[in-house]
Amino acid sequence: MADLTADAPIADIRTHYLEMTRRRRTYSAITLAVFVALMVAGFRTADDRNAGGFFDGLHRLFDFPAEVLGEAGQKLAEMPAHFVKFLPSLIETINIAGASTLLGAMAAIVLSLLSTRGLARWPRLIPLFRRIMDITRAIPEIVIALVLIFILGGGPVPAMIAISLHTAGALGKLFSEVNENASLKPVEGLQSVGASWSQRMILGVLPQVMPNFLSYALLRFEVNIRASAILGFVGAGGIGYELKNAMSWGKGQYDEAAAIFILLFATIVIVDQLSSEVRHRLTHGAKLKEATQ
Amino acid sequence: MTMTADATALKPQIDTLFWRKRLMAFGLPALVLAYFVYIFFAFDMAGLSGRANLDNGKTLVRDSYSYKTHVTRDNRSAAVSIAIEGERKGAYPDGQSPDWVTLGSDQGTDTVIDLGDGHVVTFGETQVTYDVPGYGLIVTEPGRRGVQAQFPAGDLPDWINASKNRLAVYTDAGRLTVTRNRSEVFKYNYGWELFFFTLDSPYHTMGWGEVLSRAVTGEAGAIVSDFWNNKMWRHADVAWAIFETILMAFLGTFGAAIVSLPLAFLAAKNFAPLMALRFAMRRVFDFFRGVDALIWTIVLSRAFGPGPLTGALAILITDTGSFGKMFSEALENVDGKQIEGIQSTGAKPLQRYRFGVLPQVTPILLSQVLYFLESNTRSATIIGAITGGGIGLLLTQAIITQKDWEEVSYYIVLIIVMVMMMDWLSGILRRKLIKG
Repeated sequence: MADLTADAPIADIRTHYLEMTRRRRTYSAITLAVFVALMVAGFRTADDRNAGGFFDGLHRLFDFPAEVLGEAGQKLAEMPAHFVKFLPSLIETINIAGASTLLGAMAAIVLSLLSTRGLARWPRLIPLFRRIMDITRAIPEIVIALVLIFILGGGPVPAMIAISLHTAGALGKLFSEVNENASLKPVEGLQSVGASWSQRMILGVLPQVMPNFLSYALLRFEVNIRASAILGFVGAGGIGYELKNAMSWGKGQYDEAAAIFILLFATIVIVDQLSSEVRHRLTHGAKLKEATQ
Repeated sequence: MTMTADATALKPQIDTLFWRKRLMAFGLPALVLAYFVYIFFAFDMAGLSGRANLDNGKTLVRDSYSYKTHVTRDNRSAAVSIAIEGERKGAYPDGQSPDWVTLGSDQGTDTVIDLGDGHVVTFGETQVTYDVPGYGLIVTEPGRRGVQAQFPAGDLPDWINASKNRLAVYTDAGRLTVTRNRSEVFKYNYGWELFFFTLDSPYHTMGWGEVLSRAVTGEAGAIVSDFWNNKMWRHADVAWAIFETILMAFLGTFGAAIVSLPLAFLAAKNFAPLMALRFAMRRVFDFFRGVDALIWTIVLSRAFGPGPLTGALAILITDTGSFGKMFSEALENVDGKQIEGIQSTGAKPLQRYRFGVLPQVTPILLSQVLYFLESNTRSATIIGAITGGGIGLLLTQAIITQKDWEEVSYYIVLIIVMVMMMDWLSGILRRKLIKG
């Protein structure tokens, strides 16, 4: 005890502390240097492998948007007609996202309940259902979509199946994290009166977790709209397919592409805003209600 | 008294509540069902069976776990060639054959192809015969006058397809097609043939033990090079493509993090006093996110051409929007006390940020960035398929040829493994970072 107040140990502690700080700084500097080196090397490799170089292309970056917007500006009068023309395919894209979010969410609810400790129907099979979710989550939608397009032909169905599978895995993981925080008391109560597993889940667990599920599903819906637009580009119908066609008309005909760009942008922004509003209400809505009452 | 009064007042309330709940319980599933019915007609699912091509599906599934070897006889010169999948890359050198084919010599001995289970096809000097057990001998003499097939007595079974100029026999053991100019036998075998070494490599015929012993005695370089430069499976190209995909994700994610960190300060309430600036920054982030990665990819590939850099930049721009929003929200939740503490020691603004703010937010931000790294690996595959780079490009190319399904399944497995590895890696790093 007395030593602590003595001069020598304090000097010791001081040198120790300074040495530790120095070592920490050295490590941080090395990590930073390695990171910077990786970024620079990676950038140069990517630049080498690209068809056009970064610095050659930089001044051309705004050429294409300017061209598209310029043509759209010239043919401003035709724009409303284009919007009407592409509305059906936009609705198809939104439908692909909507149907696959619904299908995926329903599969995710079942998968997540089956893979949550304490709720699972067959506790021994939890690892199996977890792996199923891991794998469906890891497959990019485009892989399944391309294979299914080969078998089923082009159209919205392959995209819907592909996005549903990915959604089931992605939401399943999030849902099972929510399930872990659910109170088991209602479940036990229901069990004590002889409820079956599905009754316990529907009446005991789902009412607790539904707001969170809905909020995650809405977030997923946003993501899925983007995904279904991309899948359209590889042949799965919807607005992406129209965009690909419009792009292939080439110079002087970009007004249709411009209309699609604007439609897609507007849809994504509107859905983002709407869903963040609804999600906000789902998580904070209860509080507001209490406050007003 | 009051209790009963309350109860009578309460009952209608409860009744409406129950009624509403019941309506929800039936209404919601009914609504979902109605939507699916609408989707069923909107997507024309009824017409799906007409558009679907189940033969394609069968080929795909069969090719993914088996390969076929073509034994081809040029009917004019009677020369026989053997190639795996009928590709030149998989052709057997002259005079070599798999053990189920006995090559004929020039002196008129026949080439005998044993398809197993008693199925034997013989390529003779002028005749091609197929002995199907339980059916009989099919004899053809292809030439200028057609195929001239003779069958055992009785009606033709439906697995034989014969016309004047063409004969096709489909059995479980394999397939024989004879036209005027060509006779061809397909035999299906399980597995991915030539995965390690192609036929022109001396190591193809050796067992694992022998290859290993040769590797020890100084041939390791040649063995690795033969494997690495396998023309059929192109391991070097595939490894490079995977590296390119991960590179896109890495550059895009961390580039976005570097760009959006300073911008996030401008969009955070407690660091940017100017409301107009804050508002403008937020709209910029919204714009970057709202213009989807698909549109960014198209715009960027016009400027930079196809390749990994375009993909990386597309990810970078989209994620700058997402990170900007997330980072500025994290910065708004920073604890002010630490900054005050640093300020009280006389720190300048930059030092306040460095020592008061960054240590607080770094774990949160890094964990978000790492979380995105994993999902961007998947995006990089998709963007690569559109803009032409990485494993996405290889995959689309393999699918477009519509015959290399074993390669497609190989790439799919690799993509899944890659994404899972990135998931695992980012999970480990996140846990390490949060612990400190």
